[in-house]
Amino acid sequence: MAELVAVIASTHHPFYYRASTATGDDRPPFADEWVRKIEAFRETLTRARPDVLVMVGSDHFHQLWLDNMPQFLVGKAPFYDANWYNEEREFGLPRMTLAGQEDLSAHVLRHGLDAGFDLAFSNELRIDHSITCPIITLRPQADLPIVPVYTNIFAPPLPQPSRFVQLGRTIRELVESWPSDRRVAVIGTGHLSLELGGPRQFGPHGPDPEFDQKAVGWIAGGDIEECLAEVSLESLHAPGNATHGFMDFMLMMGVAGEGQKADYVDTYDLFHTMEAYFTWYPGGIDGE
Amino acid sequence: MSRYLVDKFLFTVDRDPALVERYREDPVGTVAWWEAEEANRLLSCIADERSTWLAFDDAERAALAGHDYRALFALGAHPFLTLTLFIAMFERDHDEPLGFQREYAQRLADFSLPYPDIAT
Repeated sequence: MAELVAVIASTHHPFYYRASTATGDDRPPFADEWVRKIEAFRETLTRARPDVLVMVGSDHFHQLWLDNMPQFLVGKAPFYDANWYNEEREFGLPRMTLAGQEDLSAHVLRHGLDAGFDLAFSNELRIDHSITCPIITLRPQADLPIVPVYTNIFAPPLPQPSRFVQLGRTIRELVESWPSDRRVAVIGTGHLSLELGGPRQFGPHGPDPEFDQKAVGWIAGGDIEECLAEVSLESLHAPGNATHGFMDFMLMMGVAGEGQKADYVDTYDLFHTMEAYFTWYPGGIDGE
Repeated sequence: MSRYLVDKFLFTVDRDPALVERYREDPVGTVAWWEAEEANRLLSCIADERSTWLAFDDAERAALAGHDYRALFALGAHPFLTLTLFIAMFERDHDEPLGFQREYAQRLADFSLPYPDIAT
């Protein structure tokens, strides 16, 4: 069976690409430290020597729209083109094409359906920065095949937080039951407290540093039950109007497992939102 | 009220570079054209299979025609869609980095929780 070699949860900051590639007067003062942190985070994936990446993210009204909105969707295609005009326009993101691991997509869909998740699927999916940002930060050579998994954290009505955790647990079971000798990493991105298009946006820090501190503690400690006890669809409005993206972190806690402490934790307090980076090695790291 | 249709306007304009410019330069004309020609277009279908029932109410039409992102927020337009499109149209008019985004936040400063419902 396939081996789950790394579980990675991260924020996806669309400004990283531009900040990290800017030079001279265009380079923001926080860029060098940000690049240092990202390169250290990248090493946590490199060490795990993955062959395949399962990428959990959320479409930002690019391909998925309100006339036909899935809650959870799995891509099943040989290739995925990536990034959209408005992401090039606002963030300077490059166009990309990633290979798909289609047999793992088929496995996730068949057995995910049988496990009680009525997953939608797409055979032609153009992915957005929720998936390309972690490719840029963690695997910039973009050389590994992927299985994209999209969640709806964006267009209410949304699934309950507990459902995200359950899907994470199921994704882990599906990866570990894939009849293959490949080494798989599951990478998911979400947000800590975040406000978009509201009065608390683009402040000197994230809109709710207290929530961020608590959230980082839950993720780092694998405190799923404590997190579920405090977080609801209603409560997530309080830290910022886009904070429902935190449920993708909860999904990744489900992949990592209850009580599983992260092997690597880092954060970076930026304007607008806090960055947070977590890695778990379910089977340890060879030779360590 | 058609919160969905307001979102559909923002969505379809934001993804089309020519429409972004047209809406910036001529908001009244663009909103009138869009409501007449595009509002009922089912996005994955041929023109003949358009919907028959979608229209803005007066407050929605006025908010869009006035580039009034504060009114759009109050009406429950999806804040991500509004923000993204308005950055595309107006960030260029500000010298300071994030100057438009901060002005935007300031103009919404008197909203408190709970924010207007955005469910469609």
